[in-house]
Amino acid sequence: MATVEIRDVKKAFGSTQVLHGVSVDIEDGQFVVLVGPSGCGKSTLLRMLAGLENITGGEIAIGDRVVNKVPPKDRDIAMVFQNYALYPHMTVYQNMAFSMKLAGAPKEVMDQEVQKAARILGLEQLLHRFPRQLSGGQRQRVAMGRAIVRNPQVFLFDEPLSNLDAKLRVQMRSEIKELHQRLKVTTVYVTHDQIEAMTMADKIVVMNHGRIEQAGAPLELYDRPANLFVAGFIGSPAMNLLMGRISEGAFIDAGATRWPLPAQYASMEGREVVYGIRPEHLRLDPNGIEGRVHVVEPTGSETQVMLRTSMCAVMGDISLIGAFRERITARPDEALSISPELSLVHIFDKASGQRI
Amino acid sequence: MSSTTTGWVRPKIEQNWLTRLLDWKPFLIILCLLPAIGLLAVFLTYPLGLGIWLAFTDTTIGRSGRWVGLENFEFMIEDPIFWNAVFFSVFYTGIATIGKFALGLWLALLLNNHLPFKSLLRAIILLPWIVPTVLTAVAFWWIYNPQFSVISWMLIELGLRDTNVDFINTAWPARWSLIAANIWRGIPFVAISLLAGLQTISPSLYEAALLDGSTAWQRFRYITFPMLLPILAIVMTFSIIFTFTDFQLVYAITRGGPVNSTHLLATLAFQRGIPAGQLGEGAAIAVSMIPFLVFATLFSYFALARRKWQQGESND
Repeated sequence: MATVEIRDVKKAFGSTQVLHGVSVDIEDGQFVVLVGPSGCGKSTLLRMLAGLENITGGEIAIGDRVVNKVPPKDRDIAMVFQNYALYPHMTVYQNMAFSMKLAGAPKEVMDQEVQKAARILGLEQLLHRFPRQLSGGQRQRVAMGRAIVRNPQVFLFDEPLSNLDAKLRVQMRSEIKELHQRLKVTTVYVTHDQIEAMTMADKIVVMNHGRIEQAGAPLELYDRPANLFVAGFIGSPAMNLLMGRISEGAFIDAGATRWPLPAQYASMEGREVVYGIRPEHLRLDPNGIEGRVHVVEPTGSETQVMLRTSMCAVMGDISLIGAFRERITARPDEALSISPELSLVHIFDKASGQRI
Repeated sequence: MSSTTTGWVRPKIEQNWLTRLLDWKPFLIILCLLPAIGLLAVFLTYPLGLGIWLAFTDTTIGRSGRWVGLENFEFMIEDPIFWNAVFFSVFYTGIATIGKFALGLWLALLLNNHLPFKSLLRAIILLPWIVPTVLTAVAFWWIYNPQFSVISWMLIELGLRDTNVDFINTAWPARWSLIAANIWRGIPFVAISLLAGLQTISPSLYEAALLDGSTAWQRFRYITFPMLLPILAIVMTFSIIFTFTDFQLVYAITRGGPVNSTHLLATLAFQRGIPAGQLGEGAAIAVSMIPFLVFATLFSYFALARRKWQQGESND
């Protein structure tokens, strides 16, 4: 087990700069998730960590050792690929034992290690099958088994669940998390799915366009997003973001609706800001802001309502989503009044997108 | 029915006999298969049958023969020239196949990497294959020419030799020269087929192997080679069949000489059958190739059979 330090790492493919100086500190045994939209550089960063891409600038250290020039096999890492990269012509056993076979391990050691990993992952019955004869979830487990037998300092996962169906994804998600709690190996996990990030991570690194937007504990990112990108990315359904300005101690959106404002912002008279409120932080309030129901989506545990609060000649309809614990039977075009939890309102500067 | 309410009834279409015949499935099947079966029968089955028939007759050019049973084969078995041709056919096929696959695989592996001018190199590699065989043969005939050989000329100009190289005037040099020409011509087919096979191997397998701690040789030995094996077996079968039945190169460069030392079964069969006029004998020699070819085809049949690891559903 080891710490991982990524210091001001840059990457360019030819003249295309994909990482613009990224720094992440990963503590021993931590589960870190790199998350962001496609093309944000998260997979590239992981591959640099694995040694599959060379490092254009900056330093990566595993343990106390800078590994910029260390070949992948000497970095003491194991990686699970998105397509699993199982050797199709080898059985599950051979796949898992391959690294030990290359290292010339004796047969008994190989047997013992493979059996141990197979027991952890419930693969004992499948050791003599070929990858083609396995289901998606089983292949996923074999890929993890291959990583486990290496007994590495760091586990790397590159979008391992994206080839699975929704139900299996949820199941494997908790299996990976459980595995991490059991083995306590430092783990770096790449995904584009913010729910995976929220549920699994000790620390989330949100990336966009080759830069880190924010890094921190999942709930920290949820509670205090540092900028508009993180605010919109973390949380589902996404945070409602309203453009407007501060006037007379309230927020006036583009449709001239007045929204209550936390006291500390009241002094910023006339400033152009973005008003953020999560759907789950809106509540029904007969004295609140009136909107017209657009769509009602009951999920059982909660009801999501899309509301149109006002019309704006420039911006079109101003609508937002609310998620309520109450069961709402409102029909489309009926009126519904809501108000935000004042303490949970986020205010961002309109020009810079940064939290104020 | 709604038709009763509108008063309109779909008129019943009377089908004539031709329409009914064309809708009749057995007839359609026969109709569609006819061109293919016709071509196969006229250009493959009939010549093969005729060849086998001729092998059991004493037909010569200009005189239809009569049935002589195994006489042609009995004569053939006692003929040292025939056994020489069998030896050279096997030797030629064996050595040329080894050469083609060693060099072809090496080229394919090379071209599978990121090289500058990769597409240009691939196009150049295909050249020997695009050139008609006879042109290749003529070119090699000049290269191996006892007097005007460009290789001899270069070696002498460089001061490495004093006399022209003997390429095709004595038995063994002639054999090796023909094998070299065949290898040169056969490499593109092998290289391009194997390159196609190499490109189906997912790069992430190599990355996984890299992380598993493999050396370049181990990646070849445990990943590239086993995954290439199915394609390798098929390409090799085709290559063996083409080489064993080769005619043009040998006939154009040496005509089986000197002193019958470079006859392949195909050239010997032609030599006996057409210029010498002994159609029956020639046919018997040609028929003697069938067991070798059946063996090669069986090899291909079993190589084509999917390996165990390729079976099962592919939901990836």
